[in-house]
Amino acid sequence: MTAMSMAQALNAALRDALRADERVLVFGEDVGPLGGVFRVTDGLTKEFGEERCFDTPLAESGIVGLAVGMAMGGFRPVVEMQFDAFAYPAFEQIASHVAKTRNRTRGRVTLPMVIRVPFAGGIGGVEHHCDSSEAYYAHTPGLKVVTPATVEDAYWLLRDAIADPDPVIFMEPKRLYWSKEAFSPSGRRRAPGFGQAVVRREGRDATLVAYGPGVPVALQAAEAAAADGVSLEVVDLRTIVPFDDETVTSSVRKTGRCVVIQEAQGFAGVGAEIAARVQERCFHSLAAPVLRVTGFDIPYPPPKLEHAHLPDADRVLDAVDRLQFDDRPDVVHLSREAS
Amino acid sequence: MSHHQVAGLLPAPDPVRFVAEDGTAVDPPAGYRAPADEQLAEAYRLMVLGRRFDRQATALTKQGRLAVYPSSLGQEACQVAGVLALGADDWLFPTYRDCVALVARGLDPVEVLTLLRGDWHCGYDPAAARVAPQCTPLATQTVHAVGMAEALRRKGEDAVVMAFVGDGGTSEGDFHEALNFAGVLRSPVVFFVQNNKYAISVPLARQTAAPALAYKGVGYGVRSEQVDGNDLVAVLSVLTEAVRHAREGGGPFLVEAHTYRMDAHTNADDATRYRDDEEVERWAAADPLARLETYLRERGLLDAAGVTAAREAAEEFAARVRDGLNADPETDPYELFDHVYADPTPQLREQRELLAAELTAPEE
Ligand SMILES: Cc1ncc(C[n+]2csc(CCOP(=O)(O)OP(=O)(O)O)c2C)c(N)n1
Ligand SMILES: [Mg+2]
Repeated sequence: MTAMSMAQALNAALRDALRADERVLVFGEDVGPLGGVFRVTDGLTKEFGEERCFDTPLAESGIVGLAVGMAMGGFRPVVEMQFDAFAYPAFEQIASHVAKTRNRTRGRVTLPMVIRVPFAGGIGGVEHHCDSSEAYYAHTPGLKVVTPATVEDAYWLLRDAIADPDPVIFMEPKRLYWSKEAFSPSGRRRAPGFGQAVVRREGRDATLVAYGPGVPVALQAAEAAAADGVSLEVVDLRTIVPFDDETVTSSVRKTGRCVVIQEAQGFAGVGAEIAARVQERCFHSLAAPVLRVTGFDIPYPPPKLEHAHLPDADRVLDAVDRLQFDDRPDVVHLSREAS
Repeated sequence: MSHHQVAGLLPAPDPVRFVAEDGTAVDPPAGYRAPADEQLAEAYRLMVLGRRFDRQATALTKQGRLAVYPSSLGQEACQVAGVLALGADDWLFPTYRDCVALVARGLDPVEVLTLLRGDWHCGYDPAAARVAPQCTPLATQTVHAVGMAEALRRKGEDAVVMAFVGDGGTSEGDFHEALNFAGVLRSPVVFFVQNNKYAISVPLARQTAAPALAYKGVGYGVRSEQVDGNDLVAVLSVLTEAVRHAREGGGPFLVEAHTYRMDAHTNADDATRYRDDEEVERWAAADPLARLETYLRERGLLDAAGVTAAREAAEEFAARVRDGLNADPETDPYELFDHVYADPTPQLREQRELLAAELTAPEE
């Protein structure tokens, strides 16, 4: 099996979806002959023609609104927002129509469409190119929100999103576009189903819950902790909506401690929701408060300072240290006693 | 673009008119054909029906049977002509203002009023009627119309899509994005602006400095026209031409109809705060229904019996609306969770159970 980057896996997913279903269409800004600024749509116009992969005028609300009309007309549009912050002009279309049309027609009009959003930072991008905007979408009933963290998931979650009967906001962590894995789209599917979180690394002492760009950070932290004899479990949400309470809570019930990781600014973010859900469901299993490791509550900083903002493995490990392993001997977790 | 091409896109300097306010025929500009006599008779019947429906809905709102009602009074020629210009396979993308168009399209009047009666959904089946759900976020439906037109074109259907929008709605970004997309894609769409002179309280002069809203097409390469919106004959003639143009591959078409909103914005609005009675009286003299009636009678296309028949049919229709709306709608609180997604998420299932527990708890 050859190594493939996440951008290539996404490209393969689009190509295979276009081949498999003639209702699938791809459009947006620069997605045609250029292949998208991240090359995710590379070669699609050439292979499938201008009718199925095309450049639109530069207007995000129009792109999403066009997709709404096309989905009403029986197609399955996959549109690209060039960057996270440039999806904001489309927010009215997304919140008022994409999310609500099924409901306001009592299920008679459905919008099977995907809005791809390259998001988050870590690539030295300038302002407006690094926002973590997932909470806006996750807060909106009617939308499904996805963030792949692996090459394999990028492929399969995008295929799932395109096949899904509901509209999906597909958030692509920019800094993982070039990360490589041995993966073949034609191989047997190993990725779990849409809506299921997955335990990326098993551990005993605490659970790290992460999604998208936070997952490699969590895995790095777990690797470093292991060297110190601390065993961390890493849960990758994969889909923020639907949210897999079951996988998250069964992990936290086992470890008794939890740190939630998100790159986005912390206040009112997805991490706050996760922390609340864990606390509501696992209170009696928790030996310490659920902690969050997030970006700061600031506009995304300039390239020279993004390292100061982005949660890294050290910040995660600091949080793990604050999980009261030693402060309260009466609640020292069983697994530590055993080890 | 050459001057010649620009001229081909520009609207006539004055609104197209076939019938003067007093009901007498005037010479229309070249290029527009008078609709067939039978179509005018049908338009008359639908305008009488539409007006009666509108009066009934307004009355029911006062009685508390509707949560809110944006009246079409004065705009019946526009709404009926819009519908008559379309075929059964064409699509209509209406706004909240366009209930008369929907009943003219043949939709069940009680279904049409579902949302306004306080339910959460649009009532009718959009795909069956080829009428999109009535749209409230201003001008957002105009881009959907372009998308639908592109979908139909790709499927090889020669159907046309008509998007209704208000004068205020033309200031929204989506209106401009829709014109631009349709121009670039050469989509078979007709944008139909009902310029009723107000956006709630804000008059047209505060909405635009353009000589007329119809001039907004030229910048997007979209052919445009303006028409007297209270002259059914003219509106139907111009929209029929616009639909033909779009259907035959000529690309999008923008039509601005000059009309007037006779009632307040909705029953909840007080129009005396921003306009005077004389203005309303001036427009009352330009009433579209009276004008068409005079015109048809003078041309021998309508007689007293025809008028009576149309009014009786409208009365029957109004009775149906009354009966339908006087019955309390059945609302199922659990259905609120059913259509958020194709399958409710585990969280929605939990919340549904929570609500069930609340609703079935014994009273204390
Ligand atoms: C995006 C948006 N902004 C504001 C409103 C509130 N609103 C409802 S109707 C209306 C006036 C619209 O005027 P116009 O487009 O001329 O249509 P009319 O009501 O006159 O038919 C406003 C401001 C809205 N529905 N949508
Ligand atoms: Mg208006």
